[in-house]
Amino acid sequence: MTEDGIRCDGRRLDELRNISIKVGVLKNADGSAYIEFGKNKILAGVFGPRDVHPKHMANPDSGILRCRYHMSPFSVTERKNPAPSRREIEISKVIKEALQPAVILKDYPRTVIDVFIEVLQADGGSRCAALDAAAVALADAGIPMRDLVSACAAGKVADRIVLDVNNEEDQEGQADMPVALMPNMGKITLLQLDGMLKPEEFKTCMQTALVGCKRVYEVQRKALMEKYFQNGEQ
Amino acid sequence: MMDVKRRYVIPGDVIATGPLRPEQNVYQDGDRMISTCVGISEIFENSVKVIPLTGGYMPKTNDLVIGKVIGTSPLSWEFDINSCFVGFLPAQDVFGRDYSPTKDELKQRLDIGDLVATRIANFDRSRDPLLTVQDRDLGKIESGELVTISPSKVPRLIGKRGSMIQTIEMATKAIITIGQNGWIVISCEDSEGLLKAVEAVKMIDALAHTPNLTERVKSMLGVSDGENNDTIND
Repeated sequence: MTEDGIRCDGRRLDELRNISIKVGVLKNADGSAYIEFGKNKILAGVFGPRDVHPKHMANPDSGILRCRYHMSPFSVTERKNPAPSRREIEISKVIKEALQPAVILKDYPRTVIDVFIEVLQADGGSRCAALDAAAVALADAGIPMRDLVSACAAGKVADRIVLDVNNEEDQEGQADMPVALMPNMGKITLLQLDGMLKPEEFKTCMQTALVGCKRVYEVQRKALMEKYFQNGEQ
Repeated sequence: MMDVKRRYVIPGDVIATGPLRPEQNVYQDGDRMISTCVGISEIFENSVKVIPLTGGYMPKTNDLVIGKVIGTSPLSWEFDINSCFVGFLPAQDVFGRDYSPTKDELKQRLDIGDLVATRIANFDRSRDPLLTVQDRDLGKIESGELVTISPSKVPRLIGKRGSMIQTIEMATKAIITIGQNGWIVISCEDSEGLLKAVEAVKMIDALAHTPNLTERVKSMLGVSDGENNDTIND
């Protein structure tokens, strides 16, 4: 990073990577989205509500949410074994728990909503990008939601707080903190921290991440509006 | 006409604040009325609702639905009704009270794959929807073309007081049975009329959210304006 705060990929400290989202890209899924978050390329597909298999998982009082985050063997420079790794299982779990407060599952007892996330190309911060795509795909599937979920990471690189840490910064940096937010309700649904931050650093890091989430939300909103209303604001 | 305010919304959008009654697809958070799906919000004098543009079919008592037989048990048929729940038609509903599993054969009346117009007799989410064919116009569908559209667009296909569907029926001489679950059977003696009716239904599905739809359908069908020109707003 240069002294005047220009990062390795030419961004300023508080600048996001380029984000573009396309809604409804998979014909066979009930809802889907494709996100390009910098160099991350991620597909998300939603199926359901549908019958639960195996049946013993079904909940008679409410629906259940299942989530699978998977990285393609070609998504990273060295071939990744396609079997689910420890890291993928963890990310599947945190994404599920980040989406759960937003989805109104009570309306669909004895059913399941399946979210499949496939990382086609990874470049740091893929869990946030995956979460953004999954939230849009859920909305596309018409699953009732209290709010969208927008996620973005912030971190500490070369003793400075930066927004949206990429792969290189993640390797070299001192901390990486993914945050997911329900923007209209102002509630945080995911908060992880890898590395160490001082209390005051944590506060600024949090603020930076929240600003990032709100910017991501604008992109998500625009993508949905484009699909359903051809961007004709009324 | 009642004064209704309309707006395009996505999940999480605050439609209004104040003492209003949340109706379909609206979630109440304190005094804020929040949309739970992508759609068009409508604010009435004392209630708010969102017309969804996406999503599956949720059974409702008294809905006419078109179902496909997917299985039989000794006492009932199971129907695919394009929903996350399977519909049940008890054998007694067809054979009468003296039905006996030893003497009557279910498959003689309705076999797997048959299309049936049914009405939902009872549904309360804790159990699968109960169907009935005990009504006029209900029962096995012998001939016709099945067209599937998004269930959220069925009200638009029917139009205000049935005006849209009447327009199509009059112009093509087709008989159209509309299931609230988005399955539609069109039968017509004239093959050209059949093709035209199918095209009109598909067009409504694709363009349901655009204004002046009635005019477009009329010009597509080649109907002159005059006898039936009240425009449809919802």
